[in-house]
Amino acid sequence: MTTTETTSGSKVLGQRVLRREDPKLLTGEAKFSDDLDIPGALHMAVLRSTVAHARITSIDTSAAKSRPGVVAVYTYDDLKDDWAGPMPCAWPVTADMKNPAHFPLANGKVNYVGDGVAVVLAHSKTAAVDALEAIEVGYEELDPVLDLEESLADSNVIHSEIGTNLSYTWELIPNKEAVDDAFAKAAYTVSERYIQQRLVPSAMEPRAVVVVPAPFGGDYTVYSATQVPHILKVMLALTVGVSETKLRVVAPSVGGGFGSKLNVYAEEVLALALARKLRRPVRWTEERSENAVATIHGRGQIQNIELAADADGKVTAVRVNLVADMGAYLQLVTPGIPLLGAFLYHGVYDIPNYSFTCRSVFTNKTPTDAYRGAGRPEATYAIERAMDALARKVGVSAVEIRKRNFIPTEKFPYNSAAGLVFDSGDYLTNFNKALDMMGMDELLAEKKLRIDAGSRKLLGIGISFFVEMCGLAPSRVLASLNYGAGGWEAATVRILPTSKIQVVTGTAPHGQGHETAWSMIVAEKLGVPLADIEVLHSDTAIAPYGMDTYGSRSLAVGGSAIHIATERVLDKAKAIAAHQLEVAEEDLDYAEGVFTVKGSPDRAFPLAAAALEAFTAHNLPDGMEPNLEASVSWDPPNFTFPYGSHIAVVEVDTETGKVDLVRYQAVDDCGNRVNPLIIEGQVHGGIAQGVAQALFEEASYDSAGNLISATLADYLVPSAAELPSFELGETVTPSPTNPLGVKGIGEAGTIASTPAVMNAIVDALSHLGIENIEMPASPERVWRAISAATRK
Amino acid sequence: MQVTMTVNGQTVSRDVEPRTLLVHFLRDHVGLTGTNVGCDTSSCGACTVHVNGESVKSCTMLAVQADGQEITTIEGLASPEGELHPMQKAFQENHGLQCGFCTPGMVMAATSFLKENPHPTEAEVRLGLEGNLCRCTGYHNIVKSVLAAAESMGE
Amino acid sequence: MFPSTFDYVRAGSVAEAISILDGSDDAKLIAGGHSLLPLMKLRLAAPSTLVDIGRLSELNYIEDRGDHVAIGALTRHRDLETSAVLKHSVPILSHVAGEVGDPAVRHRGTIGGSIAHGDGASDLPAAVLALDATMVVRSASGERTVPAANFFKGFLETDLGQGEVLTEIRVPKVSGGWAYKKFNRRAQDWAIVGVAVVRNGSTRISLVNMGSTPLRASASENAINQGASIEEAANLASEGIDPPSDLNASAEYRRHLASVLVRRALQEASA
Repeated sequence: MTTTETTSGSKVLGQRVLRREDPKLLTGEAKFSDDLDIPGALHMAVLRSTVAHARITSIDTSAAKSRPGVVAVYTYDDLKDDWAGPMPCAWPVTADMKNPAHFPLANGKVNYVGDGVAVVLAHSKTAAVDALEAIEVGYEELDPVLDLEESLADSNVIHSEIGTNLSYTWELIPNKEAVDDAFAKAAYTVSERYIQQRLVPSAMEPRAVVVVPAPFGGDYTVYSATQVPHILKVMLALTVGVSETKLRVVAPSVGGGFGSKLNVYAEEVLALALARKLRRPVRWTEERSENAVATIHGRGQIQNIELAADADGKVTAVRVNLVADMGAYLQLVTPGIPLLGAFLYHGVYDIPNYSFTCRSVFTNKTPTDAYRGAGRPEATYAIERAMDALARKVGVSAVEIRKRNFIPTEKFPYNSAAGLVFDSGDYLTNFNKALDMMGMDELLAEKKLRIDAGSRKLLGIGISFFVEMCGLAPSRVLASLNYGAGGWEAATVRILPTSKIQVVTGTAPHGQGHETAWSMIVAEKLGVPLADIEVLHSDTAIAPYGMDTYGSRSLAVGGSAIHIATERVLDKAKAIAAHQLEVAEEDLDYAEGVFTVKGSPDRAFPLAAAALEAFTAHNLPDGMEPNLEASVSWDPPNFTFPYGSHIAVVEVDTETGKVDLVRYQAVDDCGNRVNPLIIEGQVHGGIAQGVAQALFEEASYDSAGNLISATLADYLVPSAAELPSFELGETVTPSPTNPLGVKGIGEAGTIASTPAVMNAIVDALSHLGIENIEMPASPERVWRAISAATRK
Repeated sequence: MQVTMTVNGQTVSRDVEPRTLLVHFLRDHVGLTGTNVGCDTSSCGACTVHVNGESVKSCTMLAVQADGQEITTIEGLASPEGELHPMQKAFQENHGLQCGFCTPGMVMAATSFLKENPHPTEAEVRLGLEGNLCRCTGYHNIVKSVLAAAESMGE
Repeated sequence: MFPSTFDYVRAGSVAEAISILDGSDDAKLIAGGHSLLPLMKLRLAAPSTLVDIGRLSELNYIEDRGDHVAIGALTRHRDLETSAVLKHSVPILSHVAGEVGDPAVRHRGTIGGSIAHGDGASDLPAAVLALDATMVVRSASGERTVPAANFFKGFLETDLGQGEVLTEIRVPKVSGGWAYKKFNRRAQDWAIVGVAVVRNGSTRISLVNMGSTPLRASASENAINQGASIEEAANLASEGIDPPSDLNASAEYRRHLASVLVRRALQEASA
């Protein structure tokens, strides 16, 4: 495949344009938050609870305060008047949701290992960290609540002020009788219980924050390794009580997020409050082992899923009961995460009856929140594993059970039983393409050959067909879910007097390549060289409005906003050109940066000239404002629904239980494709993260509530050596929801790959009677399953 | 303690505590922030630099141990005129990076690896990068980049 | 993350290193630092003085000495991995060195550092045990030799006293078959279980991460040396051994793995 170095003019969409972000990142020139050189900054270090659940009986900071280089040491009591509000949760999913107030430092009680207890400010990082060892904390330990179902029983309540461990119960049951009836009449039913283990998101850049007070005026610049500079600005204003007009939030180069930087963290709030208190710049950078406990975790659910099916294996109802782990407190969008999957437990199947219930509970563990896919990987996992279970019951293949149940192409736009309208899709075409590419017959023959030969390396083939809701989100839909903000996105396109173009976006990239992709959208429309376009982002002083980057929303919502703003700029330029050429606007053609009069191509007026006219304003049409600029805030009318077929092939060593992923193929449909190079990169990375959940990663706690997989030596983020190259294909079904016809691709790989791999492992072993293995499918787990099955 | 070493061809000399790790020496004392810190257990490789031409995790070496040695960081890989090293070029051309945080370490590990094995297979590249973690790319395009660099450097 | 404060001395000779160690209760030697520095960063170790012997080129060599190969303690894993002498005469050691950590670790870590650290989960200590190597230890009172079988005493504890420096490892040449089986989940990780087999006349089998020190699979060795089948011998792999349970594996699973890997290693070494 060829890549395109630079491209000029229209027809750039769909090309493999190389990323403009890369040179700085490849030479070390890019600045991440911890790279900023801020003279006079105080270094902050946080003393964290070493116990999961305890009353604090004493904190002695005197020795720490007297250590060399230490400027101040604070506890909750010292700072209790510095807050305008508690740590924010922006998603009160039900009116009666229980949300225990929490502050950046623990108030008399710690509720998880990692909970902040005291903060040190010092002239150097070494002085700050060394001083932590001199703080004495007395704990009266309480029994920790670690198990979700035990938490639900309420025999040991973590937050006594709310009197229960249950934060909320959320239901989506459009017609209970119909669901019960479907189960009563079913020819086949399956009832499965799956555990979504907790995951540590593990963005390679740990979090970091630097707060710099302006020398006068009471203004603060907050540099943070965040996905959400705009949301952070609003929340800092509300929690610290600094006027939003005095806050500028900048996200410098951000080293990955995957949802873990879609939050408002204690350290960001503390750094701002302490910069205000001490009138000094304050900086903090997270250690990796701190990241494991102090940055949110993902997943953490017990899923009970039941399917009812008729004699042909056609599914007639799905009933889901979740117990979701909130962790010790509700962070920014913690309670909403299970609900992002709540509408998708029927997957890509035309299932008429739907029942979903989620009970969300507190535990003495790190708070959970968004992690790549957020709710949708969990939903896809449950339905795709359950469909394989149904196939085994009905006695048909995993391929056949899916084909019998797909939402038929003619039903799009499809009104789902859960109440969504799926924008567009052609699932069967996508599936058939995937099956053809994979060479299923050869694989199945090889699998059988190995079983027959008694091989100790069995082959398993796992299918997962996913759909997700992306393009978050129509603001009115968010309102119906009690989300605390909208889902629109802002864009400004500005053609400067010298005809260079500034694009301002409210998205906040952290590896996705928005600068490249957004410039392509503008170049396509205007027919100008990519090099003339600059994309500005992630600084609230430059891009004051935005809803940031998460949920595979940036292209579908932010990209569409840019596309519309570009159209408006072009319309204005056209009016100027028509005025200059003394023709009607409808008599003008536009191509490659030049307006020409229809039928008289020699009568031309370049876009650059229109930009200069707009700037000098010497001769504009009557009533027209100067400057060639358009700003758009675009609210999508619906979600987008990307989908695709993923197939994993694993080899299982039946003696050791070790699973090797030997092939992985993904055929995704993300609608129109802006830059295939970037799309493929997103899919590759997503697959690896989903595979990691299936095979490697787990936030493991001991019985006292200590996270025992708190370093990258113990938390098994896979390396290149554990993964194969991936085989990709695509189908293209444009979305009618947005003007670009795009759907989003950031989370697809992660959503699809976990069930594909787990289905493959079960497929390899199902002839032994094995139907389920918990994740991660570690060698020991797989070996135990095989031992138990072969003993029978 | 006074330590003196050659960093990207320049002699640098600083007075540091013995406990100063090489990575902090480079970042905080010399101001070369291209080398990143991604973990605290020598697991992730984000801090990989070359010591006397070989890849080393600079979080697991004291600055005093590097006294008198030749260090190359990501900032020293391109030519003085700014032309990217073939490995850097290959990473851009094959989309071998996304967020870019692991990239300096990955590129330094990969260049050291190719010195030792100039014509690797895909499997050898994967094993050669076992000590460098990336969370964005799934390694597919990193491996492709290294293979492409091997080809272009072998020409 | 960074260590607590300490004094740093770069030793100009082994004798100087010994005299500094003799004058201190808790001074530690550092060479490549890849065992010690990670512990110091996590503040699980905080020696008051580090004695850097990393520059002592007198301890960096691989020499053919007829019936054995002598390896200076400061020889790096990378140099073991690529040594023509080792590849010819003790290929298992070259192979095992290439399995330690990752390439960057192998550029700094030394055989002496790994063996003196004495971690039961490390590759090289088990390899020298299977090879029946001899450790050469120097102190103020002279030089002594310790067979590998007597060198590893307990969890991160060896026969080395405070004033002693491991200077050389003498490894008998291997004429027969050998194999090293390292089982882990990620390539860069420690072995969950590892097995080294050396068939040099008799067969010696050692185990990685089956106890607080590297261990001999004595029951398997006895069985195979007395003519039992590979299968029978392998089934005895963990007899008399009480392996640890941790995040990656229970004791029961380790016992099972030991049997599987001993069998596979014996098969490979016999092929």
